[in-house]
Amino acid sequence: MAPWSYATPGAYAMAGPTNPVRMEQGRGIVDASGIYYRQLNEQLRQLVKHGIREIEIINCYGQRYLGTSIPGDYQLKVYGTPGNDLGFAMDGPTIEVFGNAQDGLGNTMNDGEIIVHGHAGDALAMSMRGGKLWVRDSVGYRCGIHMKEYGDKVPQVVIGGTCQDFFGEYMSGGTVILLGLGLAEGEKYKADFIGTGMHGGRIFVRGHVDPAQVGKEVGLTEPEPEEQEQIGAAVRRYAELFGGDAAEILKRPFVKLYPKSLRPYGRLYAY
Amino acid sequence: MSPMKTHTWPEFIVERNDDRCIRCQVCVNQCTFDVHSYDAGLDELFAVDMNCVGCQRCQVFCPTNALTIRTNPTQSRPNANWRLENLFDVKKQAESGGIVLTGMGNDKPFRIYWDHLVLNASQVTNPSIDPLREPMELRTYLGRKPDRVVFQRDGEGQGEGHGSPVVPIQNMTPLVAIETPLMFSAMSYGAISYNTQHALMRAAQAFGTMANTGEGGWPREFRQYKENVIVQVASGRFGVDLEYLNDARFVEIKVGQGAKPGIGGHLPGEKVTLDVSRTRMIPEGSDAISPAPHHDIYSIEDLGMLIHALKEATRYEKPVAVKIAAVHNVSAIASGIVRAGADIVVIDGLRGGTGAAPKVIRDNVGIPIELALAQVDQRLRKEGIRHQASLVVAGGFRSSGDVIKAIALGADAVYIGTAAFVAIGCTLCQKCYTGKCAWGITSNRPEVVKRLNPDHAAERLENLLRAWSREIKEMLGGMGINSVESLRGNRLHLRAVGLEQWEMDALGVKGAGL
Amino acid sequence: MYDLGKKQNPYGDDKLHDACGIFAVMSRSGRTFSGEIPIRAMENMHDRGNGLGGGYAAYGIYPGWPHLYAFHMMFEHKSAKAETEKYLHQFFSSMDGEEIPTRPHPGISSAPILYRYFLGPNHHLLNGLSEDDFVVQRVMHINQKIDGAFVFSSGKNMGVFKAVGHTEDVGRFYRLEDYEAYCWTAHSRFPTNTQAWWGGAHPFSTLDWTVVHNGEISSYGSNRNFLEMHGYYCTMHTDTEVITYAVDLLARRHGLPIDMVCKVMAPPLWRDIDRMPKAEKDLYTTLRVIYGPLLMNGPFSIVLAHQGEMIALGDRIRLRPLVAAEKDDAVYIASEEAPIRLVEPKLDRVWIPKGGEPVIVRLDDAAMAIAHPEGRSAVK
Repeated sequence: MAPWSYATPGAYAMAGPTNPVRMEQGRGIVDASGIYYRQLNEQLRQLVKHGIREIEIINCYGQRYLGTSIPGDYQLKVYGTPGNDLGFAMDGPTIEVFGNAQDGLGNTMNDGEIIVHGHAGDALAMSMRGGKLWVRDSVGYRCGIHMKEYGDKVPQVVIGGTCQDFFGEYMSGGTVILLGLGLAEGEKYKADFIGTGMHGGRIFVRGHVDPAQVGKEVGLTEPEPEEQEQIGAAVRRYAELFGGDAAEILKRPFVKLYPKSLRPYGRLYAY
Repeated sequence: MSPMKTHTWPEFIVERNDDRCIRCQVCVNQCTFDVHSYDAGLDELFAVDMNCVGCQRCQVFCPTNALTIRTNPTQSRPNANWRLENLFDVKKQAESGGIVLTGMGNDKPFRIYWDHLVLNASQVTNPSIDPLREPMELRTYLGRKPDRVVFQRDGEGQGEGHGSPVVPIQNMTPLVAIETPLMFSAMSYGAISYNTQHALMRAAQAFGTMANTGEGGWPREFRQYKENVIVQVASGRFGVDLEYLNDARFVEIKVGQGAKPGIGGHLPGEKVTLDVSRTRMIPEGSDAISPAPHHDIYSIEDLGMLIHALKEATRYEKPVAVKIAAVHNVSAIASGIVRAGADIVVIDGLRGGTGAAPKVIRDNVGIPIELALAQVDQRLRKEGIRHQASLVVAGGFRSSGDVIKAIALGADAVYIGTAAFVAIGCTLCQKCYTGKCAWGITSNRPEVVKRLNPDHAAERLENLLRAWSREIKEMLGGMGINSVESLRGNRLHLRAVGLEQWEMDALGVKGAGL
Repeated sequence: MYDLGKKQNPYGDDKLHDACGIFAVMSRSGRTFSGEIPIRAMENMHDRGNGLGGGYAAYGIYPGWPHLYAFHMMFEHKSAKAETEKYLHQFFSSMDGEEIPTRPHPGISSAPILYRYFLGPNHHLLNGLSEDDFVVQRVMHINQKIDGAFVFSSGKNMGVFKAVGHTEDVGRFYRLEDYEAYCWTAHSRFPTNTQAWWGGAHPFSTLDWTVVHNGEISSYGSNRNFLEMHGYYCTMHTDTEVITYAVDLLARRHGLPIDMVCKVMAPPLWRDIDRMPKAEKDLYTTLRVIYGPLLMNGPFSIVLAHQGEMIALGDRIRLRPLVAAEKDDAVYIASEEAPIRLVEPKLDRVWIPKGGEPVIVRLDDAAMAIAHPEGRSAVK
């Protein structure tokens, strides 16, 4: 085991990647041990350029920006704990994380799919504009801020566990589904300031949400029939990806959080 | 001696656009200074310019915008030393032998330090906080704070701690919480109208802050607002009885006032109506004089005695404040006041308003509140006693920008008086002492007071408080702060522009760019 | 060190900004970890620093001398060392000094003289002061009056190691892999305004309290004003200094339990206090009213440590990251999850602490008796 668990950029500039890439039945397997994120991302780019469509990264510890500069249609499986901003401005691939993700997951994501078999950190899906994000467990603070949509380009985020404060702040588009698995019947979510500043998009929360927990711009109501269908489809896919009984999950009703106005601060100014 | 012909001339000229005038006579009805009149025979309106004080009531209410009030363009030879005002004051005094009176605050071009202070904003190293979406706390507690907290472990005392075996048994000296660091200044009933006082108290209650009765007593009908009222004990002790003291949230001893440091209060007889007479317990039509000093306070220990007398009278349930004017050695005085037992120190600066004051005193006595505040805050900290009293300042705050700078210089809260008046109609014509206020704010004539609808006025005042509070929150957020406690006295968020070194030193603020 | 303020803050800025990465680990049972652990973790978070400073605090590293104050010191020149030793001789009856072992490292240059002393105060000179206050005064004197000398740490059975350079390089320079500690905290610095000097890196310490801090405190001016009123002079112009003194005032001098100290620095919002049951409401209102000026506004994640206890705390609205994890009797804290996984792949639990809620780790009694037989710093 090299004495350095994380190569420095200087090392990269001087020596170039030293980790082997193993090919196995058409899949590229990259050992990320000791490799700086720049080298790692460059290797991924080379693999995709050479037509490899299935790539696995093993021993990932904190390398950032995976999947960022490589648009296209390929599959990336990450084993370990990828670093911040996974899928930043991502455009096309499917990334599956077997482990926990950190902060900034899907930041400004444009297209593609990210699946996390674990939990994620803060600032998830910030300014996300398209694509799908699936997190099996809970997420941290300030997730889903300023998500956007236009026409039929609508991003979707599904979270299996709970969230922390400032969820969906400033949201202007997109669909977020929060399942709260692990909460008992009637048990409240602990997050505060949900949806403050919301002026577009929709959040579906399974279970109970107190009006005191949501921003004053947010209305609570029941989902429409076609929205229930959308929720159903998402839950079924969630169960496919992570296990669990979709029907059982769908038994508890969902609350819809929606923005009460397009101009929530219309009366704030003196003209 | 026969009355002298005055050598002064009209300060304002009333211009009427006859094409627009529809003879509705609103101007005639609204003017309280006998300016406009209508001659039915000629179907014409006339104006006596000499009487016009420039209060703008007629102009605002004219439905066709037919009126323009101009300063009289007549000019004598320009003279940078003898300005028109100086000429007129001398002439008026020659004609009367009296002291020239005026109202509202100092209007002379002394340096306004607020206009030379700029605020910080957070970038890169620290995020600014968005007050529309994140909590922003303006709540302020006024009163004496203890040196430290005293705890008792569970088992010895009672009560449940919060997951930890500790319970406070502190018996703190009384405190008053306000939801925003803005309060309505002391303005006495008599100097202001019944409806105005009503509106101030209503708005204070609706918003969760305080209004000060001033020294004119507190009408019984307004006791319903007692959760939000501060009473004043001034040198005239008008209206002061046990009930008055105990109904209030806190008691303020008025030692001085920024507009007229060193002299007493003066309510001209014209304004002492039957109701004012009843409330103040003085003869109707008499001049209500408040003496200059409290005649039982000739030294600091006397003040201490009065403070403690009031505490005793209110059974130690209310903070006691002392209000002084900002004068030369204000720091030493403030320190003395804190040590004498005051829980709140109120300092009123050079630009503080008044209903009536001799003009020469209003314009020449006292120091700007910015300098006083900065020095007092610093001095109390140096002496290790800053926490023993809250600092409230007053004296010409024109915007939330001024208020937030005051907080950064160390103020716990700010009293606003002039701004409140402006919110309900005042245009600073400075004639409050005549009792003829056309807007109904400082007049006691029933038909004029009626013009000020307390419901509408209270709404305007509440709007003012709300607007300024929102602006303060925006600026706090911009500095990366979400609780006003973190800005208090934090001069690092201020910089000075265009000030001399001694001024920056006095304020404790660095020059911008440094 | 003469002109400490100028050394630390040569441009006369209001204060120094720091962004960075932090890591900490502590075992409740007193089990020790080699310095290799924090070094590897900090290396993984390399990008969070910019090479202008890094440091570590280690507790339990001098088990043979638990009753002596271990001074870790730097000297810019030999005469500073001579003058300091003369001063120490006057005030301490037992005194043992040696070089702090280091190895040459390409990432660390211009090292000052690094020495450590094991000191016992001369009881005849205490004059009614507690030993701790006596030591604090001596440290203040050296730092402010002896030119070229600076004390990194002055606690019992613990020490601070810091330098200018990337944190992992600092760790290798000080040969930290040779030390065994039951608690490590580590920090890498990303200052935006300083000429690097060794004393400016984190952790900042007074007696055995150490603080590592990520973020910037916008209430610094108000906090400093309050502390100065209580006799603390903030010469380092850093947020970390203010945090350390605030903790010293609240915990040591005013006797607040550590979770209450955290509630002073990161109190609940008024809207939450208003909704609490009466006893809690009174408690938090009292704390906020008295200690409002010590509210720390702005983004921060801090790890405080002192004898036998480690506390991690984030600001009330969680503007800075902080991840906590547990495995058996050990608790890990870091700015990101990956470094924790790297040094301990199998974790029992990983969570994100709520803003304003401290994570407190304490040595159990048996381990405390061994590592710090005289108990925690004197509470007045």
